[in-house]
Amino acid sequence: METKIQIVAIVVTGGLFATVFELVRRRALMERYALLWMFSSVLLLGLAVWRSLLETVSRAVGIYYAPSALFVIAFGFVLVMLLHFSLATSRLADQNKVLAQRIGLLQQQIEKLEAGERGNGVADLSDRRERTPAR
Amino acid sequence: MSRHLAIVPAYNEAGAIAATIADIHANTDFDVVVVDDGSTDATAAVADAAGAAVLRHPFNLGIGGAVQSGYLYALDNGYEVAVQVDGDGQHDARHIPELLHHLRSHANLNMVTGSRFVDREGAGYQSSGTRRIGIRLFAWILSRVTGRRITDPTSGFRMVDRRGIELFARDYPHDYPEVEAVLLLHFHKLEGAELPVLMRARTSGVSSINAHRSIYYMIKVLLAIFVGLLRARPVVEAGDRAAVAAEHSI
Repeated sequence: METKIQIVAIVVTGGLFATVFELVRRRALMERYALLWMFSSVLLLGLAVWRSLLETVSRAVGIYYAPSALFVIAFGFVLVMLLHFSLATSRLADQNKVLAQRIGLLQQQIEKLEAGERGNGVADLSDRRERTPAR
Repeated sequence: MSRHLAIVPAYNEAGAIAATIADIHANTDFDVVVVDDGSTDATAAVADAAGAAVLRHPFNLGIGGAVQSGYLYALDNGYEVAVQVDGDGQHDARHIPELLHHLRSHANLNMVTGSRFVDREGAGYQSSGTRRIGIRLFAWILSRVTGRRITDPTSGFRMVDRRGIELFARDYPHDYPEVEAVLLLHFHKLEGAELPVLMRARTSGVSSINAHRSIYYMIKVLLAIFVGLLRARPVVEAGDRAAVAAEHSI
């Protein structure tokens, strides 16, 4: 019974580790996310293989069924990841807003400058484009 | 160039925007900047033809982002006073000189808000019943928090001085800006007051808050108020780190 669940745990965490490793190798994961994922998958795989350590840890926190300690640890990592992503999206959304606002302000300035040039009788970009001979 | 700016956030308001701009020009000496928040209709072109400066967002940021763009424009161009006027024609530009006079004659004030609920003869447009309950509730909470009487916290008809422009250009609430801006102002120790105004029912377009979503909106704003209370609001000065900083690293 114990061996069965251990085999399942090793297969799952091993699969996770292999996937993360392959993604890092292909540069699909940025370093900062890769580190967190590598660390968590290595730790989970280590605990799945090294049963006595998992049993020590689970006894220390009062979990009687050792494999569920593995799930508790995995759940902890998932929570940390999710919080991390919420932070990342908050920051991205804010940066996105600042960019959109700046683009709006810059576009207005460019249009004002172009209109000013046209008013002063200086050729603006569109005029210049028209004057280049057609091929 | 005038020292005063009217900020008109607009999202698909091609039907009403020209009249709004004409109304402002007819009643005040304010320059007008229209913030076209990713409209899919001719809002920007109509506003440009009506003689307003137009800021165009590449996509829809929401009312908070749109209004803040207006304040950034005011800051960049050195305006002394900025007033927010909704693009849908709800706000009557005849009240703008009253707001300006009130702001100018009270040196301690940084913001003057046009309120529908301060007593005034002839009620005008006061929003639908369910929404009024929500507004009453927000008003009560905000009055308690800020220690001054606030009757219309959802009014977007507000005028700020240079300090208000600097504050809002730097930090403007994202999701429910009208209500949260009242808190923001309070935590930065700027003074605000309300002045009675009459508002019209909108002439075209659709409100960003549908009637059947009022309750949902109410709950979300209440949550936003409490999150706003929790939030650290130090007196941020230029060069300080923003609450959610746009950092250079990814």
